Parts: sequence; C-alpha cells; structure tokens
Amino acid sequence: MTNKLLDVNGLKQYFPIKGGFFGRTVNHVKAVDDISFHINEGETVAIVGESGCGKSTTGRAVLRLDEPTEGSVIFDGQEITALSKSELRNIRSEMQIIFQDPYASLNPRQTVKTILMEAMEIQKIGKSKKERTERVIELMETVGLQRHQMNRYPHEFSGGQRQRIGIARALSVDPKLIIADEAVSALDVSIQAQVLNLMKKLQREMKLTYMFISHDLGVVRHISDRIIVMYLGKIVEMGDTKSIFEKPQHPYTKALLSAIPVPDPKKKSNRIFLRGDVPSPIDPPTGCRFHTRCPFATDLCRTTEPTLERKDKEIDENHEVACHYALDIERGIHKAQYEMHNAREVLDDEDEVIEA
Amino acid sequence: MKTEINQENILEINDLRTSFFVGKNEVKAVDGVTFQVPKGKTLGIVGESGSGKSITSLSILRLIDEPGKIVGGSINFKGEDLTKVSMSRMRQIRGNEISMIFQEPMTSLNPVYTIGQQLREAFKIHQGLGKKEGTKRAIEMLELVGIPSPDKRVNQYPFELSGGMRQRVMIAMALACKPELLIADEPTTALDVTIQAQILELIKELQEEIGMSVIMITHDLGVVAETCDYVAVMYAGNIVEYADVETLFEDPKHPYTVGLLNSLPRHDIEQDELIPIKGNVPAPDEMPTGCRFAPRCPHASEICKTHPELTETKDGNDVRCWIYTPDWDKEEVSVYDK
Repeated sequence: MTNKLLDVNGLKQYFPIKGGFFGRTVNHVKAVDDISFHINEGETVAIVGESGCGKSTTGRAVLRLDEPTEGSVIFDGQEITALSKSELRNIRSEMQIIFQDPYASLNPRQTVKTILMEAMEIQKIGKSKKERTERVIELMETVGLQRHQMNRYPHEFSGGQRQRIGIARALSVDPKLIIADEAVSALDVSIQAQVLNLMKKLQREMKLTYMFISHDLGVVRHISDRIIVMYLGKIVEMGDTKSIFEKPQHPYTKALLSAIPVPDPKKKSNRIFLRGDVPSPIDPPTGCRFHTRCPFATDLCRTTEPTLERKDKEIDENHEVACHYALDIERGIHKAQYEMHNAREVLDDEDEVIEA
Repeated sequence: MKTEINQENILEINDLRTSFFVGKNEVKAVDGVTFQVPKGKTLGIVGESGSGKSITSLSILRLIDEPGKIVGGSINFKGEDLTKVSMSRMRQIRGNEISMIFQEPMTSLNPVYTIGQQLREAFKIHQGLGKKEGTKRAIEMLELVGIPSPDKRVNQYPFELSGGMRQRVMIAMALACKPELLIADEPTTALDVTIQAQILELIKELQEEIGMSVIMITHDLGVVAETCDYVAVMYAGNIVEYADVETLFEDPKHPYTVGLLNSLPRHDIEQDELIPIKGNVPAPDEMPTGCRFAPRCPHASEICKTHPELTETKDGNDVRCWIYTPDWDKEEVSVYDK
C-alpha cells in the first residue's frame, strides 16, 4: 500500500510586478499556474523543464519558502498552507532542500561543524552538545567526508564535497522528503556520478523521498521513478520514467528528448526543432501554452486549454498528457503543420512568434 | 600525433605551455599541449573544470593576462607562429582570421551599444567599411544566423534579446569577417537544450557554407559526439587522449576517458549504475609528478610515478598512459589503493 507523502492540488504561484504611478501591482508573473501532483513515500519524482517553466518555484512553494497564491499542499496528512510560522518550522525538519550552488548556500564564515550543528539546535535534535557532535561525525561519514574535516570552512572544500555538506545538512534533521533543486547540475560528470550514487544509497538506507528538480534528462532518467514535465507554469506530461522516455506523448516532451545530444556518434537522432523561445509567463499564450512553438498546433490549441489525462489506454496507467492531439499524432492521423527537421527553416519562420 | 596525410592543417599547436605565476609559484595550467586542426574540420577539446581547455583556447588568441604567460611551445597558424607575432598583427588576426565565441553571451556583448553598432565595429576595423555599408552587412549577418526581422533587431540593445538570440548575435559577430578558424568555448552551456540544438545546428550549417574550421571546447560528451570530427580529452593541463570521434566513443583507451563515459548518466539508454571516478582533480599546486590521473586511476602502479608521453596505439588513439606501452607490467597491483 503506497502512502502519499506529498499531495499538491491546484497550486498557483503568481509574483506581482510593481509599476505605474504608485507602485501598484500592474501584472503578474504566472510562474506556476494550477498544477496538481503527488509524491508517494520512498519514491523519487523528478520535475523537468527548461528555464522559466516553474520547476524551482514549485519546489519553493511546497516548502512555503514563497507563499503560494492558491492551492493546497498536503504533506504527511497536514495542510502546509494553513500552518502558522512556528508549526511550519516544526514540519520543515521533515522536508529539506538542497540547492544548486553549494557555495552560495553555505555560510563562508562557519565551519562545517557549526553549519551542521545549527540546524540540529533549531530543530532540537540531540539532547546535548556532545550528542550533536557525535551526530555530526556520523553525518560526515555518511556522506563520504572525513571526520577531521568538520572543523574546516566551506572554501576549503571542492564543489563536490560542498554538495556533500549540503546533503549532510539536509540529513541532519532527519527529513522524510528532500527537495533537490538542480543539486548536481553545477558538478563535473565524474563528481556528479559520485553524488548521484550517494543520494541513491542514502535513499535506500534511510527510506527518503526525493523531489528532484533538474533540467538534465540524463540525470533524471538515472535517478527517478516518475517524471513530471513542465512548460511555462503547467504540467504537460507526467508518468513513469520508463514510459516517459520510451513513449513520450506530448510534442514538447518529444522535442525536448530529441534535442539532447547523444554521447554516441553513431546514433544520429531525428531532431525536432522548436521555433523560437519560451513566451513570457507574464502574458502566457491562450489555450495550450505550447501552441506558439508546436508544429502540430491548430485553432483548437490556440483557444482551448487541454486537460492533463491518460490518453492512450495502452500505455502505462500513470502516464498522463495535456495535449488535444496526443493520440491522433501517435496514430498518424494528425500531421505536423510544417517541416520540423531543418534548423534554418524553423529559424526563418520564427518572425510571427517573436512579434506576437 | 597522427593527422590525415592529404589534409592541410589550419592550426598546429606544439608543446604549448601556459603558466600562471602566483607569488613564487608557477601554476602550469596548460602543460605541453600538442594538436592539429585539419582544414574545414571540427576538433573538440573536452575536459572538466580546471583541465586547461579554456586556457588553451585563450592562448591561441594570446588573450592570457597577467599573471598568466605562454612560457613555451608554438602555435602555428597558416605558417605564422602566433606566439611570436607582434600585437598589431595579432589584432588583425583576432575577429578576422580567428574568431571566438564565449559561453555567456550577455557578458560578451556591450550593454550600452546596439547590436548594429557592435557588428559594424568589426567591419570598420577589419574592412574599413563606413556606417551605411557596415549596417547593410550587419543586417546580412543577422539574417544569416536566423534572426527574424534583422532590420529591426539591428537597432536593439542586447538586453532586448533572449539568451538564444544573444548567442546568435555573438555568432554573427564572430562570423562577420568570415574567419578561417572559429573557437567556440562552451557556446551552448548556458542555454536550454531546445535552444542548444538550434545553435549547434546553426554552427554546423554555417561551417559548411563558409568552409571554416572549428575548435569546440566543451564539457559535454553529447555535444562532442554530435559536432566534432576529432577529439582531444584534457585532464589537468595535459591531453590524455586524442582520436577521431568514432574511435574515441567506441574504443576509449585512457582510464580517464573510460571513467568519464562510465560516469555519464544517459537519457537514451537504461543504465544500472553509474561508475564514478573516485576522488577529485588535484589542486594545481599539488599536481602529482608522474601521471596526473594516477591518484584517481583504478589501474595505477609503480611506473605511473613517472610522467607518461602521448603515444600512438594500433587502434588509432593517441594515449598518455603506461598501460599502452611495452613497459607496462600486467601483474603489478595498484600502488595507490594502499
């Protein structure tokens, strides 16, 4: 029986844009616009997408680092959005975040020991200083650092080691859920692999649940059980990792997967080029938000927003997609409106998109 | 190092050494790099942070600032040794015969000048074109790199363009004088994958049109596999392996290259486990005297305390590793594990 650890419903996160005469709110950046998903206990769910799709904002909203505009976030049976400041502090020991830049998220004037102790003191973990120090040593060893290094400062560590400190800090308060926001993106591949393996090992040993936010689909395929693909504040596709990679349904997911360079010179991918850039989240396109770049878009897509649902009954039951034509494209009934395998033509054709 | 016999090389680098002098210490960022770039082809230089790949490319254009210095070797570009030519000759070459594009397009463009003004500068300096003629050429260049409504864009400032657009402007600028060699230093690292795909394809198409050679500097093995003809793998200031792209990916020889490929999470296939390379890149002032990869290498033995040379193997890879020399003793166990 799987247990929902995190249940997000109708989450919206709008950021006001101040302007005009009296600094009034003139508009909103709709960073996350009505998304719903859940994460089961012990599972790794990845949120993927390009810059500005709202994946990091989702992570922050779940932790209430930003106050969500609308929607509910239920963590372990408790409604997060309704909690008071002190209740929130208590529950934060159960949900921790690891950031991309380990250097910017560690205080340069504190030793590793101080950094790790601070979190435990706030969360009242360990009865005495001695007990906490023992735990620091234990944590250092868990993440593959040596105990004598605990009296050093962050600048004395390499990038990969700093990320291990970030992980140790997150673990120090015994969390259930760890949100990893581009946690391995800044690391070199040889080090990245070390950290990924560490995270997998910790998950097995401590029964952790991960919400893994990343733009790197290679990393995501390796670590996650389920994947949520976001585009411009919306979920466009969601499903089991294998199903998403092997049977992507949404034209955006397909384009995204085809765009990644394959580290094998013999495999030449049949690349789908997308026109132009991601539109502004201040005034997102009507209907399906992807229609301005989608080769399959019709008038229906420009006016009516598709719902996220299971379209193809033959694929995995967890696999949902928000596209009017997902099935018809699959069956070859609905064809692309223009050639999408030539970069230059696509670029030449971009005018209207940019001007719009 | 082996090169195609019938192919003329546009660039030949021999034993290049670039060091940084900090106090009394000499940090050897590039330590004896040798490679050739065949005309019209793409050479990839791949390596992780601190491998010296960017310093190599900056050395080619003599863009190394104090306290850095090219301390040895030669850079032969069409019969001229770039380490010896005068600064005024160097200025003629930069942006004209050899161009460079950088990772971060926003910091490489001047925010207070329009796109047109910045493009015109190149035409003015290298071809003596006036404002009217320069603008005309600038619009042509923007069109070439696929920027929509170039006649409007030419009067815009960098902040008005998206990241992908800015990188296209950078490419337009780099290609303005139809260079014979383009050095692209992580040109797509800051971009999203769908935009990266557009830019890489664009560079490839333009290369075919102009017939230029390209040095592609990247940490991304996927980008290497897709865009390069030859690959040089760098580690800690050395080239550790050099091969044509198919040989390198099919039959990597150097333990570091093998380690890199094993630690790479792939999106196109299912993998059980990643096999990381243990440890970290040694700090520049703590470089081992022998093979620099030895402390992280699963095969390292006694002989690895002596610095290996880049040697040709029968399969076509050039490898800097004792394993591929007759001196290698198979029976000996790793000394670094103890």
